[in-house]
Order: sequence, then structure tokens, then C-alpha cells
Amino acid sequence: MAGRLEPEPIARRDFLGLAGWWTAALAVLGSLAGMVRLPNPRVLPETSRRFRIGRSRDYPVGSMQVVPDKNVLLVSRREGFAAISMVCTHLGCIVDRSETGFACPCHGSSFAKDGSVVAGPAPRGLRWLEVSRSIDGRLTVDSGREVPAGTWFRA
Amino acid sequence: MAGMKRFDQKRGLAAFLANLRRLPDTLSYSIFRHGRPRSERGRSQAVFSSLFLHLHPTRVHVRTLGLTATFGLGIAALSFFIILLVTGILLMVYYTPSTELAYNSMKDIHYVVPSGRLIRNVHRWGAHLMVIVVMLHMCRVFYTASYKAPREFNWLLGMALFVVTLALSFTGYLLPWDQLAYWAITIGANIASSPRELTDALGITQWFDPGGLQKELLLGAGEVGQDALTRFYLLHVMLLPIVLVMLASVHFWRIRKDGGLGRPQAEQTSGAVGQAPDLVPPPGGENDKTWSLMAVVRDRSAATDNEPGDTVATWPYLLRGELVVFMLCTLACLVLGVLYDAPLKEIANPNVPENPAKAPWYFLGLQEMVSYSAFMGGLVIPAVAMVGLALIPYLDREAEPAGVYMSGRAGRKIALQSLAFAVLLAVAWVAIPVNFGWLRNWFPGIPQIVIIFVNPGSLLTLGYAAWSLVILRNTGSTRLGAIALFTCFVAGFVVMTYVGMELRGPNWDFYWSRSHWPVH
Ligand code: HEM
Ligand code: FES
Repeated sequence: MAGRLEPEPIARRDFLGLAGWWTAALAVLGSLAGMVRLPNPRVLPETSRRFRIGRSRDYPVGSMQVVPDKNVLLVSRREGFAAISMVCTHLGCIVDRSETGFACPCHGSSFAKDGSVVAGPAPRGLRWLEVSRSIDGRLTVDSGREVPAGTWFRA
Repeated sequence: MAGMKRFDQKRGLAAFLANLRRLPDTLSYSIFRHGRPRSERGRSQAVFSSLFLHLHPTRVHVRTLGLTATFGLGIAALSFFIILLVTGILLMVYYTPSTELAYNSMKDIHYVVPSGRLIRNVHRWGAHLMVIVVMLHMCRVFYTASYKAPREFNWLLGMALFVVTLALSFTGYLLPWDQLAYWAITIGANIASSPRELTDALGITQWFDPGGLQKELLLGAGEVGQDALTRFYLLHVMLLPIVLVMLASVHFWRIRKDGGLGRPQAEQTSGAVGQAPDLVPPPGGENDKTWSLMAVVRDRSAATDNEPGDTVATWPYLLRGELVVFMLCTLACLVLGVLYDAPLKEIANPNVPENPAKAPWYFLGLQEMVSYSAFMGGLVIPAVAMVGLALIPYLDREAEPAGVYMSGRAGRKIALQSLAFAVLLAVAWVAIPVNFGWLRNWFPGIPQIVIIFVNPGSLLTLGYAAWSLVILRNTGSTRLGAIALFTCFVAGFVVMTYVGMELRGPNWDFYWSRSHWPVH
């Protein structure tokens, strides 16, 4: 009787045929897996996201300045410094400053002065970025690191 | 011996000269295997034995040639594709896919290269026209019920062709590397990453981030830059054209295998698909080899299941029609290309978005929906629409004569009602947020997840689905339900595209016309 210990005999021809098919299928699958890996980059080619923005005295208390070429607004208050990203959280346009805070030209999201969403499709507020001081005493912003809104860096 | 040799030499020379004289004939025979076709039978044989022509049957039903049967739209799509291939290869001679050189090479093509501007314009116009024509072709196929069995699979192939056509246009859009290109692609790539909206709202992005993966696969980086340009170039000039050619070949082949173009039953004769028809006596006489061959082909084909009286020879009638369509398409590209230049804005600047930053026109309907929610408008709704369209032939299986627009009076009525309903609903869903704002203006603290799912775009889609179900129930006909759904889809697309194109200005604010835009 055919059972687990004595399985139904399979003809040699069929066995070799099946083995051939499976080998071919595995080879194809294996190569496909290798090919699919290729376009998924392991390291994203990017310039450094940390940049220095100058000395703290360049940003007097009460000022709000856009850091040139960086799409970051540096806010200076008595509590400290904060850097608000001006990249819209909806689809990545650069927001403009408006009387009430920020407005996005692309799909009309608007944000309050602290970056929180007021209207429009943006799913969340503008990102607050980490501010720190480098060894030479200059202020540094890391646009790769987000901090909770309301975090002020005391110089 | 010597005399013998001389005689041979003479003969060899004569044979050489004779062969030389016959060279044109022998060369042409070696290629075509037949002389210049003079009879109808000869022309049929010519169609039958040429790799390129044999996509056609040797004879086609007269109905196929009528203007309103197809409006030549499928052939027009193919014509534009051929024009795009030729002009695209010419543009590749100068175009350089590098962020530093791309913009300047476009400028060279536009201002310096001999006839570069015209070739570029023709390429641009051809792309726009191809998108339009493919959409119209799809409408023609739908409204004539030509998607029904046995043509379901060709409808699916058509959907794939539609997607590839849009993908070709979209990837081409980045290549000039100007402001228009840069911001359209930035927005497009961020739509790809918009599942993050949902994963963020659920707080699981850290562990499961399909949006980020999609964006990185598309751009090869976190932002639109050199890697994105390389990938888009590769897709635009290699991968997508190859895919399109393969899909289109199967598409054409299936038309024949499915029995030629669909036509009303009354005009159809015996023979079910897949059955070998009884041997039809060859119309051209007993010893006509080509006809006998056609008679044993195991399919319903124009040559085997029709009275010869219903059919006309492919050569010259069908080929002539195709040539006319091709020439009209070329003419359209040329005229538009001479009159209107393709745009080239300032070089891409990642710090200053265009205001308003608009996607290419065929995506403006989507952009309008994206301005309610990126995830729903950019991914979920288009995916639902595509799946819905793809399923139509499998869910509507009522036997129906193909080739009658709207399937008759009842269908025309439903189509008109659906059109009115769909336009009103779309206009309402644009007007309400424009005039009264949306959830966030009314309830400032509302959770993001509600905004994602409850927005004008998703409500519009639901409204259309509900309307089609009501029609389906009231009429008891899946075909009429399908007409309602497809009409809603087309009308919604047109309204949304128009709003995105004409009525949205800076900051995506609503303006009745461009002349009201604030100057800046
Ligand atoms: C690159 C795009 C396309 C090309 C080049 C193309 C080409 C063609 C051609 C030449 C025909 C012959 C009849 C005619 O000219 O109308 C045809 C028929 C057909 N096409 Fe397309 N097509 C494309 C896209 C589509 C799309 C988007 C759909 C629908 C989703 C579609 C579905 C069909 C069907 C079902 C038929 C058979 C129609 C019948 O039997 O009457 N095609 N196509
Ligand atoms: S990118 Fe800012 S609203 Fe869409």
C-alpha cells in the first residue's frame, strides 16, 4: 500500500521532468529576486542635511529669517531658536510666508505661525528641525532630524 | 578544349548580364515571394505573406471601414506612437540626461539645432494628441459594447496600453529639466509616497512604509535629482516603449483572433470563436491556394465566416483608410508644431515652486482631487477607477450586438441622465469647498484620518458608484449599469480636468478666469 513510508512510485521520466521544471523555475525566481533588488537604493545619494547658519547674534531675539537656499525659517525668541521647515507636508512644494503664517502655492494648504495646519490638504504641520551649536560656536540646523513642535534651542 | 572553354566564358558573361538585368525582379521576389500584385487574389496573397501586413486579415467586413465604426481612433493612436518614435529618436541625438546638461541641450534643440524646434514641437504635440486619442478610442470601444465576450481580454490589454501611454507622457515631462518639469515630477513623486499620510495617521510609518519605498524606487533618492532623471530617461526611451510595442502587438493580434471588429448580430454569419468552421469553398476558385489556407484557420475570421459579399479586400480599401488616418495625424502634429511652440521655462530651481504648480493636463483632474487628500485623490481613487473599468467586461456579460452606440434608445437615455447627474455632482463637490471650506475649517481639531477618508473626491466616487447601482437595479440590465458608471467616470474626469486647468490659479485658489489672477 502506498503511504508515507512507501509513496506511490513515480516514473523516472516524470521525476526527472519535474525536477527539470522546478530547477528552471527556481533559477528564474532567484534571478528575478536579484534583479528586483537592484533599483532599490541602499544608500540615498544626498548632500549632507546638516548646515551651519551663522552666529546666534545674527538672529536677534524677535526676528524671523529665511535661511538663504535652505527652505528653513529661523525663528528667534526669548525662549531660544527654532528652525521651521518650509517644505509643505502635503506634496513637497515650498511654502510662502503670509500674514498669518505660511501658505502653500500648490494646493492651497495654509499653516499658522508655529507651522500647524489651518486649512487645506496638508496632513500635518510643518516640521520643526533640530537646532544645535557646532564646536566653533555657530548655529547648526539638521534638516534630517525633526523635533516636536515647540522645542526651543537655548543658545 | 580551348574552344570549349571560350564558348563557356561567353555563356557565363551572357548569364551574368541577364541576371544583372533581372536583378530588380529577383531581388524583389526574394523579399516578397510574389510579383507585383495585379489581381485581387494577388493582393490578398501580398497581405497574407508580409509580416507587417498580415496583422490584417486579407479581407475585412465592409462595416469596419465605415467612419463611425471606429472613427479611426485606434489607428490614430498607433500613428501618433509611430510619429513619437521617429521624432523621439531624433531628439535623442542631442538630448543629454544629466541635471547639468539636460536643460541646455533642450535649449540647443530649441534654438540652435536645424529643425530641432519643429521636431521637438511635433514630439510634444504628438504626445498630447496620443493621450487624447487613446481616451477617445476607449470611449468608442465602450459605447459600442465592443468590450464584451470574446473581447474582454483585449479590453484589459487596452487598459494596460492606456496606463503605459500616460506613463510615457509623464516620464517625458521631466526630461527638459525646467521649472515646469521639476515641480510636476516633485508632486507626482510625493503622490507616490502619500500612503504615508495613512501610515502616519495610524502611527506605523516607522515599521511599515510602502509610500517611502515607492518614492525611492521611482526617484532613486529622497528628492528629484540626477538619479530621478536617469530613471525617468531609462523608462521613457527604453522600457515603456518596449512594453507598449509588445502590448500593442498582442492587442492587434487579438482583434483578428476575436473575429475582427465587433459588429451587430444581423450582419454576422455563422461560426463561433474557437471552432473550426466547415471548409468554406474558396471564393476565388478551387485551386486558389491562399484561400484554402485561410479556410482552415481555426478561428472566426473575416475570410472564413462571412459571405464574400459582406467583405472587401484589405488591399486597397483598409490600407488606404489607414494611410489617410496616418497622414491626418501627421498633418495635425505638423500644423500645431509650426504654430505653437512647446514650452520651456526657466531651469529647474528646487527652492522656488511655480505658482500655481500644475501637473500635465491629463493629471489635473487628479491634482484637483489631490488638493483634498493626496492619498485618496492620488492613489486610492485612481486605483478604484482603474479596477472598476477593468472589471466592466467581466461583470457585464449580457449578450449584446457590438457596434451599436449606447446599445440603442434606452442606453442613450441612461447615458444622458448619467451625464447630467455626474456633471452636477462634480460641480457641487468643487463648489462646496470653494465657497464654504471643508471639515478642517469647520472643526479645527478634527483628526487627520477623517480628512483623509471624508473628502469631496471620495464622496464624488461614492456618489457615482451609488448612481450606477441604482440604475442597475431599476433597469435590471448590467449593460445599462455599465453605461451609467462609465459615463460618470468620463464626465467626472472632464469636469475635474477643466477645473484644474482653467479655474485654479495661484495657491490653487478658485478664479473664474486667468485674467483675474493676481499679478506677482
Ligand atoms: C496605445 C493605445 C492603443 C492603440 C494603439 C490601440 C489600437 C487599436 C486598433 C488599431 C484597434 C482597431 C479598431 C479601431 O481602430 O478602433 C483597436 C481595437 C480595440 N481596442 Fe484598442 N488601442 C489602444 C488602446 C486601447 C484602450 C485604452 C482600450 C480600452 C480600455 C482598447 C480596447 C480595444 C478593444 C476592446 C478593441 C476591439 C474593438 C472592436 O472589436 O470593435 N484599446 N485598438
Ligand atoms: S504641496 Fe502644499 S498644498 Fe500641496
